[in-house]
Amino acid sequence: MAKRIDVENLNVYYTDFLAVEGASVRIAPLTVTAFIGPSGCGKSTFLRTLNRMHEVIPGGRVSGKVLLDGEDLYGPGVDPVNVRRTVGMVFQKANPFPTMSIYDNVIAGYKIAGDRKSKNQFDDIVEKSLRGANLWEEVKQRLNRPGAGLSGGQQQRLCIARAIAVEPQVLLMDEPCSALDPISTLAIEDLIAELKTRYTIVIVTHNMQQAARVSDRTAFFNLAGVGQPGKLVEYDETVKIFSNPSEKATEDYISGRFG
Amino acid sequence: MTATLTRKQQPSELVGARLPRTGPIIVAVVAVGLAVGAKYLFDWTGWLTTLFTAVALFVILLTAWSFSVEGRRRAKDRFAATAIYACFVAAVVPLVLILTYIAIRGFPALSASFFTHSMNGVGPDDSGGGLYHALIGTLQQVAIAAIIALPIGIFTAIYLVEYGRGAFARTVTFFVDVMSGVPSIVAGLFVFTFLLLGLGMRPFGAAGSIALAILMLPVVVRSSEEMLRLVPRDLREASYALGVPKWRTIVKVVLPTAMSGLITSALLAIARVAGETAPLILLTGYVSQINMNPFSGQQASLPMMVWDQLGKRTGNSGAIGGPWEGRAWGAALTLVLLVLILNISARLLARLAAPKAR
Repeated sequence: MAKRIDVENLNVYYTDFLAVEGASVRIAPLTVTAFIGPSGCGKSTFLRTLNRMHEVIPGGRVSGKVLLDGEDLYGPGVDPVNVRRTVGMVFQKANPFPTMSIYDNVIAGYKIAGDRKSKNQFDDIVEKSLRGANLWEEVKQRLNRPGAGLSGGQQQRLCIARAIAVEPQVLLMDEPCSALDPISTLAIEDLIAELKTRYTIVIVTHNMQQAARVSDRTAFFNLAGVGQPGKLVEYDETVKIFSNPSEKATEDYISGRFG
Repeated sequence: MTATLTRKQQPSELVGARLPRTGPIIVAVVAVGLAVGAKYLFDWTGWLTTLFTAVALFVILLTAWSFSVEGRRRAKDRFAATAIYACFVAAVVPLVLILTYIAIRGFPALSASFFTHSMNGVGPDDSGGGLYHALIGTLQQVAIAAIIALPIGIFTAIYLVEYGRGAFARTVTFFVDVMSGVPSIVAGLFVFTFLLLGLGMRPFGAAGSIALAILMLPVVVRSSEEMLRLVPRDLREASYALGVPKWRTIVKVVLPTAMSGLITSALLAIARVAGETAPLILLTGYVSQINMNPFSGQQASLPMMVWDQLGKRTGNSGAIGGPWEGRAWGAALTLVLLVLILNISARLLARLAAPKAR
């Protein structure tokens, strides 16, 4: 089910500003890939091009190829809506829908899109997704309460449940733990390790220990200076990046001698 | 223990000298006393001069005292606080006076029969009669105006927030702003020229509704636009990332999240035009009979009934203090109550529709 992603020489623009230049990565199915790098280096921007969320921002466009199992996401006639059903996303800030209950939040991907299913099917999806996000035991008694009433860490896991409820093949995570305490972070890292058996996962993180803990491969992004485009400096096995990186810039960054 | 209580506390550097708590009250008493003294000393005729003198003296004395005891910064604070309270009172006093006066004058007229009878065959000096015909007219006309203006206004706001880019969106925003400055009589004249002169129709209720809709439209667009912009970008992106098309995101995520604000803006826009009179003079005419059909024949409305009872329409208002006067005040009070009810229900509905945290 999980698909591989091949990015070939991708340039990402905001109107005329080149944000990421010439990035190429190959992401194997059922792996966790971490993007690390300083703020403003374009790693989140790059992540958002993988499910065509980048173009939601006015002026956002790309050139180059993003291949999902060999099929170009930016090819003619490709519907971004279908791309996003295949490639799900979890955001930095937990964003459950404030008007919906926990139950409705989980099946929001179906409800909002107008996919009708029977109550039993929805019940199964809700339980499966919440179990998948390690949240079921905490909320099973109050599924009809508003999702906004949960704690920050629970809300983020609710958002993960919502993302996996529509059964994507790839899951993108944009700094999913940056607003969470260490215990919630641990819960989500454990979850990533479990989800890896079913999904291809790409995660952006500022926490290098986290990248080292959860990922199989790591990509280091850097930018030459303010106003310069971000570049993919090095992309390799996580073990190698954190023990014996090929590039000087990578070594400086992971050892904290950056800048 | 007793030693510390009896010994005068030496204030630390962090504790500055302050006026006593009763300071402003003392100053107020002194200021009023001086002003009243001045009134008799200089033989001022009215009490208004005394009032303003008292206020000015209060501001000057309090600031001066504060400056000498508390220093420059606190004196400025006292001055600004006094000025702000004075402005607040100046803004609220006319409102309270108008409302109380309308309530006092209009309340005696209100009765069950006043709400259930029309003015049919009731002369200015006859007692009895009521505002049923005008209430029906106002409710129908405003409802039709809302049916026209609310969908157009909310859809325009959705366009501006979700889709509008570039020159066309800027043009729409510009004309909405221009429209909000259109005087109500001009909106009335437009419909008058178009429907009555141009197409040769006779005045009817819904013609007034069209003018009211024109007046409502910019209010609805601007306030709904603000409400839709308040919906966080995160929520839209969360929905897109689930593979939901944009239009379904708007219908199922953006609108429900903004619903409480949209209800408020709609009801406030309705309240805004409910008391509009100028275009109705041109477009709806006025009859004393009950006309249940807003699409045919002249139709009364509450503002027009006040206008009529005061004799401004027909030129005869009867004897001073006659029953016509009570009816005019009664109609005015009913109009105010109607707007009040709309405002209160706007708040209640908005509270019901607001997203809940638990």
